[in-house]
Amino acid sequence: MTIQEELKKQLSTLPDFAAKKFVSTFFQGEDPEKIASSLRRENVSKPVIYIGAGTCGLAAGAGRTRKKIESLLKEKNIEAEIVEVGCIGFCSGEPLVDFTLPQKNRICYSKVLPENVEKILDSVFSLKPQKENLLGQFEGEFPWEGVEYLKENPFFSKQKRIVLKNCGIIDPLSIQEYVARGGYLSFIKAITTMTPDEVCDCVEKSGLRGRGGGGFPTGKKWKLAKAADAHEKYLICNADEGDPGAFMDRAVIEGDPHRVIEGMCIAAYAIGANKAYVYIRAEYPLAVKNLKKAILDARANGILGENIYDSGFDFDIEIKMGAGAFVCGEETALIHSIEGKRGMPRPRPPYPAVKGLFGKPTVINNVETFANVPEIIRLGHEYFSSIGTKNSKGTKVFALSGAVKRTGLVEIPMGTTLKEIIFDIGGGIEKGRKFKAVQIGGPSGGCIPESKIDIEIDYESLKSVGAMMGSGGLVVMDERTCMVDVAKYFMNFIQNESCGKCIPCREGTKRMLQILEAITRSRKREKTEDALRRFEGIIELEDLAKVIKETSLCGLGQTAPNPVLSTLRWFRDEYEAHIFDRKCPAGACSEMLEYSIIAEKCKGCSLCAKQCPTQAIMGAPKSPHYIVAEKCISCGNCKTVCKFSAVKVS
Amino acid sequence: MSKVKEILQKNKNKKRDALIGLLQEIQEAEGYISKEAVLEVSRYLGVPSSKIYGVATFYNQFRFEPLGKYHIMVCRGTACHVKGSASVLKTAEDLLGIKAGKTTRDGLFSLETVACMGACGLAPVISINGEFYAQVSAEKFKKIIEEIKAREKKI
Repeated sequence: MTIQEELKKQLSTLPDFAAKKFVSTFFQGEDPEKIASSLRRENVSKPVIYIGAGTCGLAAGAGRTRKKIESLLKEKNIEAEIVEVGCIGFCSGEPLVDFTLPQKNRICYSKVLPENVEKILDSVFSLKPQKENLLGQFEGEFPWEGVEYLKENPFFSKQKRIVLKNCGIIDPLSIQEYVARGGYLSFIKAITTMTPDEVCDCVEKSGLRGRGGGGFPTGKKWKLAKAADAHEKYLICNADEGDPGAFMDRAVIEGDPHRVIEGMCIAAYAIGANKAYVYIRAEYPLAVKNLKKAILDARANGILGENIYDSGFDFDIEIKMGAGAFVCGEETALIHSIEGKRGMPRPRPPYPAVKGLFGKPTVINNVETFANVPEIIRLGHEYFSSIGTKNSKGTKVFALSGAVKRTGLVEIPMGTTLKEIIFDIGGGIEKGRKFKAVQIGGPSGGCIPESKIDIEIDYESLKSVGAMMGSGGLVVMDERTCMVDVAKYFMNFIQNESCGKCIPCREGTKRMLQILEAITRSRKREKTEDALRRFEGIIELEDLAKVIKETSLCGLGQTAPNPVLSTLRWFRDEYEAHIFDRKCPAGACSEMLEYSIIAEKCKGCSLCAKQCPTQAIMGAPKSPHYIVAEKCISCGNCKTVCKFSAVKVS
Repeated sequence: MSKVKEILQKNKNKKRDALIGLLQEIQEAEGYISKEAVLEVSRYLGVPSSKIYGVATFYNQFRFEPLGKYHIMVCRGTACHVKGSASVLKTAEDLLGIKAGKTTRDGLFSLETVACMGACGLAPVISINGEFYAQVSAEKFKKIIEEIKAREKKI
């Protein structure tokens, strides 16, 4: 079904008055299909240039590219519309620039920088698009000849986009563009034709599970809150994406904020909440800005407010900015933070669905969960539950990063294998290095080795190999990454972020970090008790991990040992190399490296001696130098400054 | 001090749940949370100043000393770590002569680490005064700092 037919069909399911009101608000009472088509820019009269201006695009230099394009257009006297869109998810190709010409499909270029934009612009406008940097064309009525379709690009071909459907395609600041692609119809349909129970049922039957990591069935959560007896209820959208390595929530809010708002509206209607909060990280300024604008637009167009579409349903959304505490991703801690307290978790039960924000029943869902809801209502639960595996339905967005060729956001149906994501979508490991492991689920997840990357992704299968879905960060590691160092990195992170309320998490993670530090410390800096800690190492790590897992108060502590446990399980030999041989096989633990100067190559320029912070390098000028091992702190300065590559690391 | 009062006057009839927002606004205006600001907010909300301080110190975002002219944030997310952000941070500390979380004596640079900026596809990432820099190696970082220093000298 084309989008036009779809829009018509959806409008026809609404009651007359609602359809009329909808058309008059968003299409000024004119023919909705015509206006929607022009809003989708299917057949443009003047050229349109889209610039991917999400945070990642801007970091890669989209701002400078835009300025250059503007000056080029002026210079060449071309009239064109410039649209800033969100992120389509192909981060390693940023900045991305798309062009739509009259009677031509939209065409997408990657790595468009001020240096090469003129060439690309000229080639597109002369209707001979250059092959270099060309990513592909979008589907449409007016194909370019000899240009691959974007959906055939290996990065996109295995993806199935529900949540990211509009990201990077539409102008996130325009509510009309969202509506032109079927937006807000699900919400209007829900409040005018469905009862809250029907909405809960539909979501429950779809099999949607929380995308924040826990995987609790969303419909069930809603039903619990709906059944709770209270005259006030709250809805919270958890956009406190604290997991290092995950950025899908940011991309969705930046690129398609209305989808999240619509999902929240439907959820609020289903549980009977009239007030919602979006708890969003302050580290995401662009997402906050876009979301603020989207909420104002939704209010102005009668989507938020009182008695929405005469349904008697009042609803409004407020933004609360997080203040940088990882533990606030935990739901009870998040509630405390919204209440203006220290973000510390409390024991459950009572669950927030019974007693949450300000003591009232509260439903907390993740951004991605909400973003799935409009599509479930629009296409029905049968459609959604037809995707995925037996116990995990739908799609999941992963943030693919690390040592792969193509990084970015990928949305795949549940049941896709990790191998497909890393090698087909991600294009394998960069620079021909060897794949070692993939870290999934952030600080609560684990590392999966090469032997296990054939598993099909769903909530249960990931648990069985010692990892978890988490929020969906996938960090690929190559042979140069040391697994002990990774475990230490996460333990350091958790130890910093532990709120300090319960002892196992506060003290236990500290002890685990001490052991890991002792394991990776250089021989020279080792004190007597360190040697003991090192040998106790593996045994005690496992004991501590077990206690912390079983006795911590909240999810942060209960999952804190996972990175250590999973690396111990799959990469025990690396730990042993550190402990017994005092060697880091990957060469990543800088303290364990030993530096020496190759006498034949050394010209005696004494540059290294000047740079050495501990004066460990000796030698007369113009004769070979040497490093005094006892003084060396393995900082690596000498290796960086040496022009003759005379410094050897072992 | 007047800025804090202004902010408090603007936000009438707020309760405890507005605390974090108020502190954020104050930090935005003044650059940090001063002792006076804590006392002022405490009087305004009717919450003991010890509680206010307790909340403020819990969150990483709040600072209690003024910020330098250039606010450098080094991302320490997983992807950035795998791609070598530890060495970027070390270079930054050596180059500026300060530890993360501190400000240089001339008040020019503040160095902070952040858990994740969410631009993992472009790791390692740093931001200076809100502007993002992608794929920053130790060498590239040196260049950026040298550029800023040169610019400052001219002024």
